[in-house]
Amino acid sequence: MQLTHSKKTLRTMLLTAAVSAVAISSVSAETLRWARAGDSLTLDPHAQNEGPTHTLAHQIYEPLIIRDMSGQFQAALATDWAPSPDDPNVWVFNLREGVTYHDGAAFTAEDVVFSIGRAQSENSNMKELLNSIVEVRAVDDLTVEMVTDGPNPILPSNLTNLFMMDSGWAESNGVVEVQDVEGGETTFAATNANGTGAYKLVSREPDVRTVLTQNENYWGIGQFPLEVTEIIYTPIQNAATRVAALLSGEVDFIQDVPVQDLDRVANTDGLIVKTAPQNRVIFFGMNMGAADIANDNVDGANPLADVRVRRAMNMAINRDAIQQVVMRGQSQPAGMIAPPFVNGWTAEMDGSVSTDIDAARALMAEAGYGDGFSIQLDCPNDRYINDEAICQAAVGMMAQIGITVNLDAKPKAQHFPLITNGETDFYMLGWGVPTYDSEYIFNFLTHTRGEDRGSWNGTGYSNPEMDAMIQSLASETDLSARNATIQAIWDDVQEQQLYLPIHHQVLNWGMSDAVGIDVSPEDDPKFKFFTMN
Amino acid sequence: MSFFVVVSLIMGAIFAPLLAPYDPFDPATLNLMNGFTGPLTPNQFTQDVFVLGTDDQGRDVLSTILFGMRISLFVGFSAVFLAMILGVILGLLAGYIGGWLDAVIMRVADVQLTFPSILVAMLIFGIAKGVTPAEFRDQVAIWVLILAIGLSDWVQFARVVRGATLVERQKEYVQAAQLIGRANLAVMLKHILPNVLNPVLVIATISLALAIIAEATLSFLGVGAPPTKPSLGTLIRIGQEYMFSGEWWILFFPAITLLALALSINLLGDWLRDALNPRLR
Repeated sequence: MQLTHSKKTLRTMLLTAAVSAVAISSVSAETLRWARAGDSLTLDPHAQNEGPTHTLAHQIYEPLIIRDMSGQFQAALATDWAPSPDDPNVWVFNLREGVTYHDGAAFTAEDVVFSIGRAQSENSNMKELLNSIVEVRAVDDLTVEMVTDGPNPILPSNLTNLFMMDSGWAESNGVVEVQDVEGGETTFAATNANGTGAYKLVSREPDVRTVLTQNENYWGIGQFPLEVTEIIYTPIQNAATRVAALLSGEVDFIQDVPVQDLDRVANTDGLIVKTAPQNRVIFFGMNMGAADIANDNVDGANPLADVRVRRAMNMAINRDAIQQVVMRGQSQPAGMIAPPFVNGWTAEMDGSVSTDIDAARALMAEAGYGDGFSIQLDCPNDRYINDEAICQAAVGMMAQIGITVNLDAKPKAQHFPLITNGETDFYMLGWGVPTYDSEYIFNFLTHTRGEDRGSWNGTGYSNPEMDAMIQSLASETDLSARNATIQAIWDDVQEQQLYLPIHHQVLNWGMSDAVGIDVSPEDDPKFKFFTMN
Repeated sequence: MSFFVVVSLIMGAIFAPLLAPYDPFDPATLNLMNGFTGPLTPNQFTQDVFVLGTDDQGRDVLSTILFGMRISLFVGFSAVFLAMILGVILGLLAGYIGGWLDAVIMRVADVQLTFPSILVAMLIFGIAKGVTPAEFRDQVAIWVLILAIGLSDWVQFARVVRGATLVERQKEYVQAAQLIGRANLAVMLKHILPNVLNPVLVIATISLALAIIAEATLSFLGVGAPPTKPSLGTLIRIGQEYMFSGEWWILFFPAITLLALALSINLLGDWLRDALNPRLR
C-alpha cells in the first residue's frame, strides 16, 4: 500500500516534470509559429508549380540556385555556374561538397541528373521551365553539365524552384514517378520528404499542421542566421481567425494580414506589419477555345470566343473601385498580366483600362449578346488576398453589361485542378514570375496546351504563330531581338484580350517584433534567413 | 410580446420588396464604391447614406437583412413543413401498423438521431451540390437547403406521433371505428391524426426556430445560401471577417435580427405548449 502510493507520487512527479519541460521548450524563442491562408498542396517538389507549395518545399528541399529574400541569385546546392567556354549550348554547374540529405545519403551529381529528369517527366508541373534542356550530364560527382537545344542565357533563373531529390531515396520508396495531382493520386513523396534543406520534416497533417525542425547537419550552419530552430506551420483560412491568432500571440508570423486589419495589427504592441509590392498579378481567364462551353446558357456557341465579348468584360471591370474598396489601397490596378518586376513589362501596356459600361454594352450588342448571357465564375477562397471578395465584386460589374455570373468559390486544392484540367469556363488565377522574365508567363499561360508547355493555360487559346515565337525565346541570344519578340507576343496577348488583368498584389506580412525579416517580392519566406530576438 | 416581434419580422420579410430601399439581390444595382459605409454616415466617395450601413460589396445592410430574412423564414417554414409531413406519416404508420414496419422506421430514426442533424444536413447538401449542374446551382441552393434541413429534422416528429398513436390506438373510439369496418387509412387520418396534432404543432414551432438557426449555421459555414443571395447566416459570415477592423454593423445587425427571430419564435412555442396543455389550463 505504502509502496504503491509512493510509486504513484513518483509517477506524478515525473509526469509534472515532463509536462513542464514540454511547456518550456514550446515557449522557447526559437520556435516560429507560422500561419497563412492555405496549405502546401503536396510535398512532392515537382508535382505542383504553386507558390505556397514551393514555400514549404524551400525549407526542406533545395534547388541548385535560390533567390535570397531580396530576389537576388544565391548559390545553394551549386557553388558556381557558367556557360561552358567550349560550347555555347552547355551550362556547367559546380556542386557543393559534403552536402547530405536528411537521411544521411550524400548529395551528388547523379541526384541532379535524376531530379531534372524527374521534373521533365510526364506528370511534372515544372516541365515548362526545363523544355530547353536536352541532356543533363554528370561529369563527375560534383560537376554537372546541362545541354540546351540552343544557347539559353536565362537558364539559371529557371532553376530557382527546381528542387533536388535523392535518387536512391526515390527509388527505394517507389516515387521515381512524379505524383499525378490532377488524377487525385497520393504517393509516399507527397506526404514524406527527404531534402538537403535547413529544416527536416517532423510531422505533417495536410491543412492542419506541419512541424519542421532544424537540420543539425545542414551545410549552411555558420553562413545563415538559422535562428529559427523549429517551425510550426498552421494554415488558417478564415481571415478573422488568422488575425486573432496573431493578435493573441498564438502565431508569430502570418504572410497575409487581411487588408482591413492592417491598422489594427500595426497598432498592437509587439506586432509589426511589413509591406512590399509582390511579384504577382491577379487576373481572370476565360475558356475561349471550346466550341461550346458547359456552364453557360448559350447553346451551340461560345460567347467567350468572341474577342468583342472579352474586351467588353475587360471594360466592365472597375479596377479603381476594387483597389479602393476591396483592397483598401493595397494593390496596383493592372492592364497586363505581368508584374512590373518582369522583363517585358511596360508602363504603357500596364496602364489600367478605363471602365466604360456604355462602350462595353455596345460591344456586347455588336457581338450579338445585347441581352447578355449567364456563366459560372470559379474562384479560390484561400489563395489570394480577398480573392472571393474580388470575384463577388466582378459579379456586380459583369451584371452591368448583362452577364449573369454564378459564383462558385472554393479552396484552391479544388480550384486549381479545374484550370490545369481545362474544366472551367471563367476563373480567377494569380501568377508570380520567379524567373523575372515574360517567357515564363508565355510558356505556362499563353502557349497552346500540350506536352511540354501551356499546362496552366485554361483558356484553350491556341495560336501556332504565337507558339513559334514563344519557343524561339529560349534560344535567342541577341537580347534586343529577344525583347522585340517578347513585345510582339504581348501585343498579341493584349490585342486578343486573352486575360482580364485585375491588379498587382501588395504583400503584408504581420509578425511579432521578435521576428527579423524583410518581405520578399515572391512571398516566399525562407526561414534560414530569419533572425529571432 | 414575442408574438408581436414574430409578426413584425415576418411582415418585414414578406413586404421586403416594398420596404427595402434597394434590391440587394440584383448585382447590377450595386456600386462597389459604397462598400463599408457606416450606419447613417455619408459614404466617403459617393456621399450616399444608408440607415444600417453597407457591407463589403456596397449592399445596403437593411435591405439585405429584409431580403435575407425572407430566405431564412422561407427555408425555415418549408423545411419544418417537410419534416412535419414526413415525420407525421412515418410516425402514424409506425404507431398504428406496428410490427416490422415500426421496427424499421424507428431504427432508422434512432440511427439518424445519433448524428448531429447539422451533419446530416451538410451531407445531403454536399451530395445535392455534386449532382446539380453548375448553372442551376444558385437557383436550387435554397431548395437543397430545405431538403437538407427537412430530412435531418423529421425524427422528432415521428417519435412523438408514434408515441401518441400507440396511446390513442388502445382507446375505445379507435376500436369502434375499426369494428364498423373503416379502412386503416381512414382510421389513421380521420380519427387518430386530429388527436395527436397538438404536440406536433408545439414541436413544429420549436423546430422552426431550430431550422432557421440550422439554415444560418449552414450558410455561416459557407455551404448554404450563395454569397450573391445572402441569407442571415451568410451575412453573419461576411460580417465576422470585419470584426477586428471596426466595421461592426455588417455583423451586428444581421446577428441581432437572427437572435430576435429565433428567440421570439421559441417563446411563442413555449406559450403554445402551455396553452395547448389541458393540465395547465
